[in-house]
Amino acid sequence: MRKLLIPIQGDFVAPRFDLATEILIVRFENQKMVGEPKTIIMERPSEENLCQMAVEENITDMVCGGIEELHYNFLVWKKVTVLDAVIGDWRTVLDKTLAGTLSQGEILIHSDDEQPML
Amino acid sequence: MTLPFHPDISLLLEGIPHPAMILNTGFRILSMNRLMEAMTGYPKQRVSGVHGELVVRSNTGNARGQLYSHVLQTGEAASVTGDVLNCYRRKIPVQYTVSMLRDESGGKCGLLVIAENIAARQHNAKTGKGDFNSIELIGYSPKMQKVFDMIPLMAQTDASVLLTGETGTGKDKIAEIVHQQSSRARFPFIKVNCGALPLGLLESELFGHVKGAFTGASRNKPGMFKLADRGTLFLTEVGDMPMPLQVKLLSVLDDRKFVPVGGEESIRVDVRIIAATHWPLREQVRNHTFREDLFYRLNVLHVHLPPLRERESDVRYLLDHFLQKFTTALGKSIVGFTPAAMQSLLNYHFPGNVRELSNIVEYAVNICKKKKINKEQLPTYLFDKQLQENRQNETVPAKAVEPIHPTSNRSDAGEDRPTEINGSSWVDIERQMMVDALRKYGGNRTKAAENLGWGRMKLWRKMKNSGLLQ
Repeated sequence: MRKLLIPIQGDFVAPRFDLATEILIVRFENQKMVGEPKTIIMERPSEENLCQMAVEENITDMVCGGIEELHYNFLVWKKVTVLDAVIGDWRTVLDKTLAGTLSQGEILIHSDDEQPML
Repeated sequence: MTLPFHPDISLLLEGIPHPAMILNTGFRILSMNRLMEAMTGYPKQRVSGVHGELVVRSNTGNARGQLYSHVLQTGEAASVTGDVLNCYRRKIPVQYTVSMLRDESGGKCGLLVIAENIAARQHNAKTGKGDFNSIELIGYSPKMQKVFDMIPLMAQTDASVLLTGETGTGKDKIAEIVHQQSSRARFPFIKVNCGALPLGLLESELFGHVKGAFTGASRNKPGMFKLADRGTLFLTEVGDMPMPLQVKLLSVLDDRKFVPVGGEESIRVDVRIIAATHWPLREQVRNHTFREDLFYRLNVLHVHLPPLRERESDVRYLLDHFLQKFTTALGKSIVGFTPAAMQSLLNYHFPGNVRELSNIVEYAVNICKKKKINKEQLPTYLFDKQLQENRQNETVPAKAVEPIHPTSNRSDAGEDRPTEINGSSWVDIERQMMVDALRKYGGNRTKAAENLGWGRMKLWRKMKNSGLLQ
């Protein structure tokens, strides 16, 4: 079973990993969600705490917006598959991640879309 | 004003020398320039229609577009320092400026966002001391190092600064550097000499006036406070500011708003004040010539610039610096000072501080025709003063000094003794050089010109300009 972490802000993937305070954790297997998604609200934004959380929670996959090289490398070293620079509504992102079709740097918003709240 | 044409927005953005983009009122990207594409790592076509903050990921208090909303609501531009995290996983320090755009009918139509890369500026601020040399702020003495250490502290706050020190110690330069290294660097730095203007004029100069406020006020004038909005206002010789104006200045510092001369509406400004004076302000406060409350308001960060006589170890560095500067400027090949000349300079106490030292070196470089500047090529008043001091020390009454005469056609000057120079300006010095040379050669212009290293015509022209010829 794999475990996915997405820092979120409102309906979107949080633009910055280091400023995110809402965390979505989803367990999935064979392209399907296992159990209910878990949302964690952090006391304050901290990239160090997020990295620690990823390790402690045995996260295997992560989708985020902007992330610094240092933290990206740390997570990769900890065997976390990181897809960064993703822009989009987190529900769509989650669906695509589960389906295995999301790629790094993907933008899931189109100019003519009705955009949800940031 | 309506433009007679409709500019191509994309081309207009390309003309901005910083990363820039235009958002609509929903904060979606309408257009961005190539510099913004390079900074964020996203091409314009891919992010067109996406919320600006999702693409330009800043930490400038713009979470959920709060900064954008504030600018759109108030109509006031905002400028914040922070960083942008791009898709190459790099953090770029930026000065993030958001301003509102209006259409021809005056309605709000969007935002202009400029993210100026300030990495170079921050690097300069960090490397600190060495870089001051390039702006002629030279000092290795402990007292100057203390001043240099204060500069970054003064730059990172908006608190008022009071600079004190004798004339020629570099108060203006420090003020300018503090402004340049602060977050206000991209906004105006305006200098006002409070001692140069009478009360009425100074008030109008500082706070502006409205049309018809007084005779001759034929148009609205914004005033220095308004012009320096979001920047720094440098009030030099603040000790000479008239008392009634001190009250008005105090109220501006407290309320951050003022009423122009003859105006009715108050104007809100965001100005950082740096004040400088060569007077001891505390003493002025005691003598009731300077308001105590204003003194405490200005004296938040106080820096005293030491006179040159208290930083003796710097004199050699300054001499070398100015020698190199003027040698290069005049295309000469002077390599230094003779030991005797250097000793004379080191013995001199420089009442005019660095400014005087600079003038002395400029004088010497101008008249020196050899590889090294010797004692004779230094301004003569230097030795007269030393001589006078020596004489005073020996309690021998000093001989009266001969003043400069308006004409040089004096054949009675058989003596070679150079004359005292009262002013330190180059024109005065040059004039005295001509007088001395003419006196030496009994009014023979050909020989005097030769002695000065000039042509006869040049001597004639300079004599005419300085009033030595009728």
